[in-house]
Amino acid sequence: MEKEQGSDRRKFILDMARGVGIAALGGFVWSAFIDEAKASQLLLRPPGALKENDFLRTCIKCGLCVEACPYDTLMLARPGDHRPLGTPFFLPRDVPCYMCPDIPCVPVCPSGALDKKSVSTEGHLNIKSAQMGLAVVDQESCIAFWGIQCDACYRACPILGEAITIEYSKNERTGKHAFMVPIVHSGACTGCGLCEHACVTQKASIHILPREVAMGKAGNHYIKGWDKKDEKRLENAKEIKTTTEISKKSAVDSLNSGMKDLY
Amino acid sequence: MSFSRRDFLKSSAAASAAAAMGMVVPTGLQAAAKEAESGWRWDKAACRFCGTGCGIMMATKNGKIVAVKGDPAAPVNRGLNCIKGYFNAKIMYGADRLTQPLLRVNAKGEFDKHGNFAPVSWKRAYDEMEKHIRIALKASGPEGVGVFASGQHTIMEGYAAQKMMKAGFRSNAIDPNARHCMASAVVGFYQTFGIDEPSGCYDDIELTDTVVSWGSNMAEMHPILWSRVTDRKLTHPDRVKIVSIQTYTHRTSDLADIEIIFTPNTDLALWNYVAREIVYNHPEAIDWDFVKKHIIFATGPVNIGYGLRRAGEKSITPVRTDGSAGKYSAKEMIAINKEMNKKVSTTEGPALEPYGYKAGDTMHNTAGTLDHWEISFEEYKRSLAPYTLDYVAKIAKGNPDESIDAFKKKLQALAALYIEKDRKVVSFWTMGMNQHTRGSWDNTLAYNVHFLLNKQAKPGSGAFSLTGQPSACGTAREVGVFTHRLPADLMVANPAHRKIAEKKWMIPEDTLNGVGVQDIMRIHRDIEDGLIKFAWVNVCNPYQDTASATHWIKAAREMDNFIVTSDGYPGISAKVSDLILPAAMIYEKWGAYGNAERRTQHWRQQVLPVGDAMSDTWQWVELSKRFTVKDLWGAYAPSGPRKTALPDVIAKAKAMGYSENTTMYEILFANKIAKSYKLDQKDPIQKGYDNSEGYGDKRNVVGTDGKVFGGYGFFIQKYLFEEYASFGRGHGHDLAPFDVYHKVRGLKWPVVDGKETPWRFNVKYDPYAAKAAKGTNNEFAFYGMIAKELPHGDLSGIKDKTKKALTNKAKIFARPYMDPPEMPDAEYDTWLCTGRVLEHWHSGTMTMRVPELYRAVPEALCYMHPKDAKDKGLTQGGLCWIESRRGKVKARVETRGRNRPSRGLVFVPWFDERVFINKVTLDQACPMSKQVDHKKCAVKIYKA
Repeated sequence: MEKEQGSDRRKFILDMARGVGIAALGGFVWSAFIDEAKASQLLLRPPGALKENDFLRTCIKCGLCVEACPYDTLMLARPGDHRPLGTPFFLPRDVPCYMCPDIPCVPVCPSGALDKKSVSTEGHLNIKSAQMGLAVVDQESCIAFWGIQCDACYRACPILGEAITIEYSKNERTGKHAFMVPIVHSGACTGCGLCEHACVTQKASIHILPREVAMGKAGNHYIKGWDKKDEKRLENAKEIKTTTEISKKSAVDSLNSGMKDLY
Repeated sequence: MSFSRRDFLKSSAAASAAAAMGMVVPTGLQAAAKEAESGWRWDKAACRFCGTGCGIMMATKNGKIVAVKGDPAAPVNRGLNCIKGYFNAKIMYGADRLTQPLLRVNAKGEFDKHGNFAPVSWKRAYDEMEKHIRIALKASGPEGVGVFASGQHTIMEGYAAQKMMKAGFRSNAIDPNARHCMASAVVGFYQTFGIDEPSGCYDDIELTDTVVSWGSNMAEMHPILWSRVTDRKLTHPDRVKIVSIQTYTHRTSDLADIEIIFTPNTDLALWNYVAREIVYNHPEAIDWDFVKKHIIFATGPVNIGYGLRRAGEKSITPVRTDGSAGKYSAKEMIAINKEMNKKVSTTEGPALEPYGYKAGDTMHNTAGTLDHWEISFEEYKRSLAPYTLDYVAKIAKGNPDESIDAFKKKLQALAALYIEKDRKVVSFWTMGMNQHTRGSWDNTLAYNVHFLLNKQAKPGSGAFSLTGQPSACGTAREVGVFTHRLPADLMVANPAHRKIAEKKWMIPEDTLNGVGVQDIMRIHRDIEDGLIKFAWVNVCNPYQDTASATHWIKAAREMDNFIVTSDGYPGISAKVSDLILPAAMIYEKWGAYGNAERRTQHWRQQVLPVGDAMSDTWQWVELSKRFTVKDLWGAYAPSGPRKTALPDVIAKAKAMGYSENTTMYEILFANKIAKSYKLDQKDPIQKGYDNSEGYGDKRNVVGTDGKVFGGYGFFIQKYLFEEYASFGRGHGHDLAPFDVYHKVRGLKWPVVDGKETPWRFNVKYDPYAAKAAKGTNNEFAFYGMIAKELPHGDLSGIKDKTKKALTNKAKIFARPYMDPPEMPDAEYDTWLCTGRVLEHWHSGTMTMRVPELYRAVPEALCYMHPKDAKDKGLTQGGLCWIESRRGKVKARVETRGRNRPSRGLVFVPWFDERVFINKVTLDQACPMSKQVDHKKCAVKIYKA
């Protein structure tokens, strides 16, 4: 958070990364770019970033978003980083996104790689609608799951009570204490990483992954009977046709396939 | 033994894998595995941090603490810890740990107040200390030597410090940081019960139906207790109700069924509202049988000021035409002037009417007094008349965005919970009610409600003051390390009590000084006034933790005095000192703490101190070697607050067998009784453990005489504890023998016939109550001995001076709502509240050095309402100035997250020395307890 002290050094690094980024765009180190594209599936991008493939195609590696960030959260990938060169990303354990309400990094994007619309509601910038990633808890190393009164991640969460809530349960081991464990809600979590930054275990036990990586998806063929809102998924429900190893042949072919394994 | 953890894992894993497979393990590896397994030692200790008093186990390996675990056998926490307790193993090993004495010197190596710190020997450090103590004694007498003591002192350290100060130096200018933490609670206990400390215990949590948290963020400040409250709520979610009564929303409200946000200071009105509901609207709820048998009604003067400086004090003299006075600006004098006179406001007018004041009157304040007198129930009832729902809701509603009707409903619901027949209720509070310009009143008001309903001193019911510090109870209060106290509730002002102490301490009669009024705030002020010339900081950080900090720092740095700080780390107090002494930290010495439920817990020295650091006990005992009978026990002319001379007691000392040249060391610490406590490596308590004070240790620290310190040769910690404990045994403060505490997980005093006492004053559970109630069929006996004879009067004063005994009775007090001396106005339009966050302890000297905690909360933020921020042109995460009439600091604006104030109030934690919020706060105090109110003052906030 000491912007002034580090800014000369940062500017140098930024310029260097920019140069390489532009060079990369020119095709000089194109192969490196291709290799690193795969690694980029695990990178955390600034708020409003397009889907990773579209983002890589659209970002012109100008570094304006990095320059606009008041917390030095954003960095540009440098050679040897094993990240797509010149593209902006952040490492929340080092510096998380502090979720500025005016989201200075997004409006400055000249290419649309950071999409203002995706971080706006009703025409106003709304950082709470950002989807940079999703917090995932490792329940085995999270000390709250041991019964320790921690919830540092919860208290660090800028939208606590929405993105992270505390689930209370009885600690039968002691008989008179309660577990207070953090539960992340994907509908509200922006992936800012303040939780990962605050986590007090040696290596963070709550960490941010790109949403595509972190999230599973339940099929639309089952609707929660206890949740009226879940019916919304029916809008996407399609005609169902299934094939398994056993059903891939037509019924007639199966029936006529001989008796040799039956007796 | 050099065996890395990695090696250990490798070899023990290989060995166990091999064993499982029935393989023959090479003998070398087998031996290595065995050594690694026995390479650490587990031993029990108490957590370093808050007043909860969790039990922990420390793992020591190669002479260093390497790990900690919650002690599964500890009844408080049963193996759990909070986020700070989790890091106990890391707190002693910060990179900038102080390892040698440091003195401010000039280029020639001479002491120079304006010089830089340079390492010196212990001998040189003590030569300077001795010299400056002699200067101070000569200039100001005993009152010129001051000590900032601590609720984090071990019991033995606090006892050694108080013994040398009061018996040796004859100075009562020793007062703990606990003054800032629970002095109002103590006045509450003394005035109500006649004896200090809570009647109940933590088991109340598992037994109650209702937890009401008044001005206490238990979820962050007492997390393990909050975890027990949460478990209780989960067990009976419908029956158990949680009420959170606060000046801003925080974590504790998360679990609450009812949250009441009130305007600062109006908790006085809330308590009186509940009492009024009982007395006026639900008189059937009063347990008259209990009240008639056990309770009397009382009141005291209301025009007692605000604990600020009083006219005529040196540093506010002369008063100038521009309104400034002495060292204080005209702006600062606005609040200070109210100490002498104030205009009764329209807010407090109705509440003060029964006491003879109305809005617009000028109230002439006298200095705070503990005086009080008995009144009739009818008078008490009359004092409650103003607290109608309309009046209280109007003055107390703290959230401007909440409707008055919604607020009223909550107040009614609160009263209903207290009143409900057969509903058990525990009221918990901490700093909100203690750090309060009417903190002593607020504490007594809590007991009123519980007493009327007979919901006190019973399993699952009672008003329960939680302490903040790990040994505010065990050391500061029980040992009596306050200016006015002696061990076990004895008072320096009481000649009979002084005699008891003089006898125990084997010092001449009349040695002890009977004037004990130099509380911690007064010590700062006496330094500023030039009375105190020597001050020693022990286990606290008074230059960071005290309101109006700029004045005290300036006095320390710019005046003719000598300030010494003993600490583990370089905090603000060390920085403003002239001499710094490296102190052994908690697990580097034998020690004991006492928690908020009267539980005393001991631990052994686990490791040797870092560098040349030595314990505070050692530092005090070494100082005692420097002073003899003739140095200290001659006559002293009146000085400062003491208006009479202190007698020469040298002749009496000689009659006792001492000579003029007998040192205080020989009298107070290495006497015959002390030496009877033997060091013995066959004693199962001592076996295998270091005792740096007893034996010296392998570091061969060169001591204060320039020679390698080889130990005192006796078990000094046991001696100090046993001598201290002898004050209270048989007097309701009984502690178990030293050795017993090394076998159990703490015991709640009084410990009688080997049994601890869970609920005091209750005949069923407290042998002292049973004894006091003998021959009656009473269920309770409030047997405390202090202020148990009162004159009689009404709300306006004493009418009959004849004192009547109140044996075995407790008191209900009539106490009105009053405004604090500084409230938001047009220019300074916002309330400032300060406090802690879970991740950091007090001034952060330890926790800001734990990387994980530092990372989690690296800086103090200014928590405020988003609309306030917007109106003031501030942005989330941007910097703002927080400015009062005393000073300003810069902090980042936080409009989201854990603390969510309503409009009109900001919260700034005080752990961060870089956001030095006590430059902004006001040194107002409860004039009865002298506890400073760090919870409220007026500020303006603007963009930085």
